[in-house]
Amino acid sequence: MLTIDNLTNEIDGKAILKGLSLQINAGEIHAIMGPNGAGKSTLAYTLGGRPNYEVTGGTATFEEQDLFELEPHERAAAGLFLGFQYPVEIPGVSNLQFLRESLNSQRRARGEKELNGGEFIRLAKEKAGLLGLDMEMLKRPVNVGFSGGEKKRAEMVQMGILDPKLAILDETDSGLDIDALKIVGAGINAIMRKPDKAVLLITHYQRLLDYVKPDFVHVLAAGRIVKSGGPELALELEREGYAEVVA
Amino acid sequence: MTALALPTRRQEEWRYSDLEAVASIWPTPAPTRIDVAEGETARHHLLQDAADGQVAVHDYVITVADGARCDFHVLNVGGKLGRVTFDVTIGSNAHFELNGAILGGGDQTLEIITSVTHAKPDSTSGQTIRSILGQRATGSYLGSINVARDAQRTDAFQSIKAMLLDRTATANAKPELEIFADDVKCAHGATVGELDKAALFYMASRGMDPATAKTLLLRSFVAGVFDDVADEAVRQALEAAAIAKLEALV
Repeated sequence: MLTIDNLTNEIDGKAILKGLSLQINAGEIHAIMGPNGAGKSTLAYTLGGRPNYEVTGGTATFEEQDLFELEPHERAAAGLFLGFQYPVEIPGVSNLQFLRESLNSQRRARGEKELNGGEFIRLAKEKAGLLGLDMEMLKRPVNVGFSGGEKKRAEMVQMGILDPKLAILDETDSGLDIDALKIVGAGINAIMRKPDKAVLLITHYQRLLDYVKPDFVHVLAAGRIVKSGGPELALELEREGYAEVVA
Repeated sequence: MTALALPTRRQEEWRYSDLEAVASIWPTPAPTRIDVAEGETARHHLLQDAADGQVAVHDYVITVADGARCDFHVLNVGGKLGRVTFDVTIGSNAHFELNGAILGGGDQTLEIITSVTHAKPDSTSGQTIRSILGQRATGSYLGSINVARDAQRTDAFQSIKAMLLDRTATANAKPELEIFADDVKCAHGATVGELDKAALFYMASRGMDPATAKTLLLRSFVAGVFDDVADEAVRQALEAAAIAKLEALV
């Protein structure tokens, strides 16, 4: 589904990713762990196409398309979803308006019929229910006045509505208490644990992986994947620390 | 009011105007007078959507008598020069409210100029203006509030926000207070900004195409300006014209 080969990039002239390669197939859940400053969030933003995250070398192929040839909104329409570590607040634009415009933009780009108001509300209700988020919350402006946990749950509702092929979730577990973590974990499983979908979880900690079981775990350090393994690698990292495992 | 001599840049209220355009229609038409009688409430609006290249100047002279209220909504979007001015005098226990939007592109010069005089005690006024300017457009708000010596307990505010879509567009915001009473509340705020890049990327990451994302952000920026237009048909006409202009700008 996604093949990253020898990716290098720069932000404001500073090299962050230094030859990163990764293969993700349909039906797989991958976790990327690593110390602060390793380039984890940079990888997520670069794949999402954030301005100023300049690709200087290597390739990323998503569903047989050159990912870097696509604009950020085209990547989303192609089936890529980026979960933000810090979801952005948009005063004056309601979640429902935001999501309906997003979904219909994607559908237009794919040559599909747009959803009308009724169809969209039914879809939104179903996905909000999955994450235990009140529909009233979705009538409020995007992320404005939401707690850390509410923002992350709202992100997962967005993911449910947009129904991507590949979700790259950047520290979706940060700022969540145990109860919220369970709900978000269950949401990720319900939405994305399917044979035709894949997930790339970016996280510091093992605890999200108790709820969303990865098939592969990778350690990212200094802009490269330095070690890959099965779920046992996450436990080893938790026990011994990054310094020990990376060394 | 109407001077025979052509205005010059030395006159503050003409400083940012398109004087060549003004000269082409000089002398400007006589001002429209609105007198709101004691205890009455009046609602007025102007949809200034002159055709491309036209010059539109609308001057209003408004008096709001004791205990009266005047609400004015203005959408200033049309013409090569679109200029709307208000010369308002407010009586005791009276209120004047102006809600306006300036939406400009191309080489347009669009202006709202106000002079609000609180002549007697216990009067209030509010002015809210939102401007969105693209390409080489110039949008200006010049607003003076004048509080007379015995106009105690005057409460006035001006809220001016402008959004620039291109580095070549210009926004001028110039609130001015002249206060001769000592028990007065006058609040004014003016900001000039650009579209939030973080919000634009967030919207794009959800699949929204750039034009839709920009239009949505701009609509939220001007939302509220026409919310309290009492006449539903007027409100819809103003909003439809604003949206049509916004869509042309992005």
